[in-house]
Amino acid sequence: MGYELKLRVWRGDQDGGDLGDYAVEVSEGEVVLDALHRLQATQAGDLAIRWNCKAGKCGSCSAEINGRPRLLCMTRLSDFDPAETITVTPMRTFPVIRDLVTDVSFNYEKARELPSFAPPPRDADGKRRMAQVDVERGQEFRKCIECFLCQDVCHVVRDHDDNKPAFAGPRFFLRYAELDMHPLDTHDRRELAQGAAGLGMCNITKCCTEVCPEGIKITDNAIIPMKERVVDRRFDPLVWLGSKIGIRTKDYDGRTEV
Amino acid sequence: MSTTSDRHPMTGNEMSGAAEGGTERHQYDVVVVGAGGAGLRAAIAAHEAGARTAVVCKSLLGKAHTVMAEGGIAAAMGNRWPEDSWEVHFRDTMRGGKMLNHWRMAQLHAQEAPERVMELEDWGALFDRTDDGLISQRDFGGHKYARLAHVGDRTGLEMIRTLQQRTVALGIDVFMECTVTDVFKQDGVVSGALAYWRETGRFVLFDTPTVVLATGGIGKSFKVTSNSWEYTGDGHALAMRTGASLINMEFVQFHPTGMVWPPSVKGLLVTESVRGDGGILKNSEGERFMFDYIPEFFRAETADTVEEADAWYEDKKNNRRPPELLPRDEVARAINSEIKAGRGTPHGGIYLDIASRRTPEFIRKRLPSMYHQFKELADVDITREPMEIGPTCHYVMGGVEVDPDTQESAVTGLYAVGECSGGMHGSNRLGGNSLGDLLVFGKRAGESASAYAAGLGATRPQVDEDDVRAARASALAPFEVEGGENPYAIQSDLQQSMNDLVGIIRTGQELQESLDAIEAFKVRAASMKVEGHRQYNPGWHLALDLRNMLLVSESVARAALAREESRGGHTRDDFPGPDPTWGTKNLVVRLDAAGTGVELQEQPLPAMPDELKKYFESK
Repeated sequence: MGYELKLRVWRGDQDGGDLGDYAVEVSEGEVVLDALHRLQATQAGDLAIRWNCKAGKCGSCSAEINGRPRLLCMTRLSDFDPAETITVTPMRTFPVIRDLVTDVSFNYEKARELPSFAPPPRDADGKRRMAQVDVERGQEFRKCIECFLCQDVCHVVRDHDDNKPAFAGPRFFLRYAELDMHPLDTHDRRELAQGAAGLGMCNITKCCTEVCPEGIKITDNAIIPMKERVVDRRFDPLVWLGSKIGIRTKDYDGRTEV
Repeated sequence: MSTTSDRHPMTGNEMSGAAEGGTERHQYDVVVVGAGGAGLRAAIAAHEAGARTAVVCKSLLGKAHTVMAEGGIAAAMGNRWPEDSWEVHFRDTMRGGKMLNHWRMAQLHAQEAPERVMELEDWGALFDRTDDGLISQRDFGGHKYARLAHVGDRTGLEMIRTLQQRTVALGIDVFMECTVTDVFKQDGVVSGALAYWRETGRFVLFDTPTVVLATGGIGKSFKVTSNSWEYTGDGHALAMRTGASLINMEFVQFHPTGMVWPPSVKGLLVTESVRGDGGILKNSEGERFMFDYIPEFFRAETADTVEEADAWYEDKKNNRRPPELLPRDEVARAINSEIKAGRGTPHGGIYLDIASRRTPEFIRKRLPSMYHQFKELADVDITREPMEIGPTCHYVMGGVEVDPDTQESAVTGLYAVGECSGGMHGSNRLGGNSLGDLLVFGKRAGESASAYAAGLGATRPQVDEDDVRAARASALAPFEVEGGENPYAIQSDLQQSMNDLVGIIRTGQELQESLDAIEAFKVRAASMKVEGHRQYNPGWHLALDLRNMLLVSESVARAALAREESRGGHTRDDFPGPDPTWGTKNLVVRLDAAGTGVELQEQPLPAMPDELKKYFESK
């Protein structure tokens, strides 16, 4: 059942690097991260890999396997022909720190730019009430494990560093959508999503949805509805008229623009 | 708002990897080590109390092990069962811990958990709801009522994300991928801490009168574990080296249900919610064997027929709970016995079956992560076939001995919270009580640390430069070794040894062997070497973590050898039953005078006040 896997791994740092060829013993049921760990333990003790849970729950071990953004811990070796060489490279959209570890600070900066949840006071008995059907929309988005593969694959920033300041990326459109659909939130972030976060730059090619390890329908369930909400606010003549004569759509009742 | 402007936007590092030498230096009132649920909750509390607060964590923000918690947060909110109250939760917790818990911690936890859960909702958490729109609560082992607030089977992710977003919103400084190696004292009180950036290998010094340890557990010392690489007992070891004591270290929880196949995920957690939501355990002969393992202690409250057990899910008032939902120590031992008796599955586990008991829709809705995990990693569809599972090292009940109200250790200025603290769970933790523990005592620790720091005024303990020099030299020592051994090999041997000799069933002889083995590992570790340089070098990081793992492993083995009885997460084949004399004592470990090993001492349990004793009188 075991065999010798041919691995090609990018080694280097911000000053440059190269693909290194390795052969490592692997066995049945293993994933790419197992092979890299064995490489680390037996041949390359200083190989830099970022990982934590090894269960697809923390989103740390993002990299590109044969050019495709994936989690190292959820990519099974049985998906490949044993004769095939597997190539592992760091995420391309983010600057390399060392080997497979990248500087994902872009995402932490974008997280800081997003105004947080702002609930009204609790009910009189000190509790809050929401219907299951209403929380489920946001729950899909909160499955996000922040692996940043959607950010990595997004062509708006993948080879265009200059777009990064004006574009928050799919992970944060998910967050805008989550808060916008939160049954209790009191902020209206539509203008912010369109302006500062650059929602308009997304042209819904669905690459983010394809690489999401959690299977979140980022484009269909978050980005497109968010785009529609923004358009409603800006261009729908009825909404425009309503806002002129003081009638607001009920969806945004009690929300204040931030 | 934040002082992070000159610092690296992700890690907080002030210097680029290319910068020349030097050590960064920062001043804080409270430094929290660890960014899981306990650490973040402590940091939020300290910040809100007005303290200049920093969080220092080994991984990126949002990746801590709390993310793996699945089932829920135990809190007597009474949303599904109005009969529930803190008193019932308190009683369940003490009985689950076989009465060895610190009564005051169990009491505070039961009283304060509901408000801590509500607070998460204020900060944006989206819990599953009841039909009335309230936070839903699910059944779990050892809890009399459905009590766990949950989000499908990914409650930990929801909790960490909520606390992370709160931390960011408050502008608390976070030092990511930064590992604390030493806590410093002046005249016996905390004065600072030394850490290194994983990214660059450079040191960073914190001047701080308080350190809150929130580093989680020790599971990485065992081969089969549900814990991540971070769980190397850093907080436990830091506390010992700083002069604090650990308590209850012999009690290690082996979760009954970890994956057994494929080998690369052996030990990965399968949530207790599978059983809470109707799943049952069967051996290779198809027998629902848990009915054969109901202990006397829980007989009065456990169903003894299949009919009663199955009826309980719908009618809790007139039926007793199924034996599958006994506390974890009981279930893990039963599974272990079945496997040993030759009634295991092809991959050496037993069957956990929910497929034949609930509809595929129900399973996918209630247990989405489990569905995904088995589908992706084992090619098993849990809506159609049973899972193969077996016990896995999951949690350490033992930890830093702290004051129950303030979480302060024996060292002034040093606090511990969450899994790295001890006392709350006694000899066995109930599922769902960990997440509540993090929140309740995280808040208390953050508040008491900031109050102490504020009370110091301008006169603060100073870090001694000689201590810093010594700590730096010690951390860099593995680079100086010629021809020594690779730390990965030592770690792997230690994990195998702990698994074989200090595992779920223990004997005096094997525990003695394990102590001898640990002495041999210490000798090997003294001359281990790392290759490469200081920049993002996992070999070096492991070499430093390994020192902590050895100290903690010795603490577990030494306490386990001393306690000559079986209770909770400590089972001695040579002393199979609980011993009432041992039921009145804790075991406490400290660093020995030479600083290379641990010494052990017995200590009487804190006395429970009479008004709480009444909950345990037989009815």
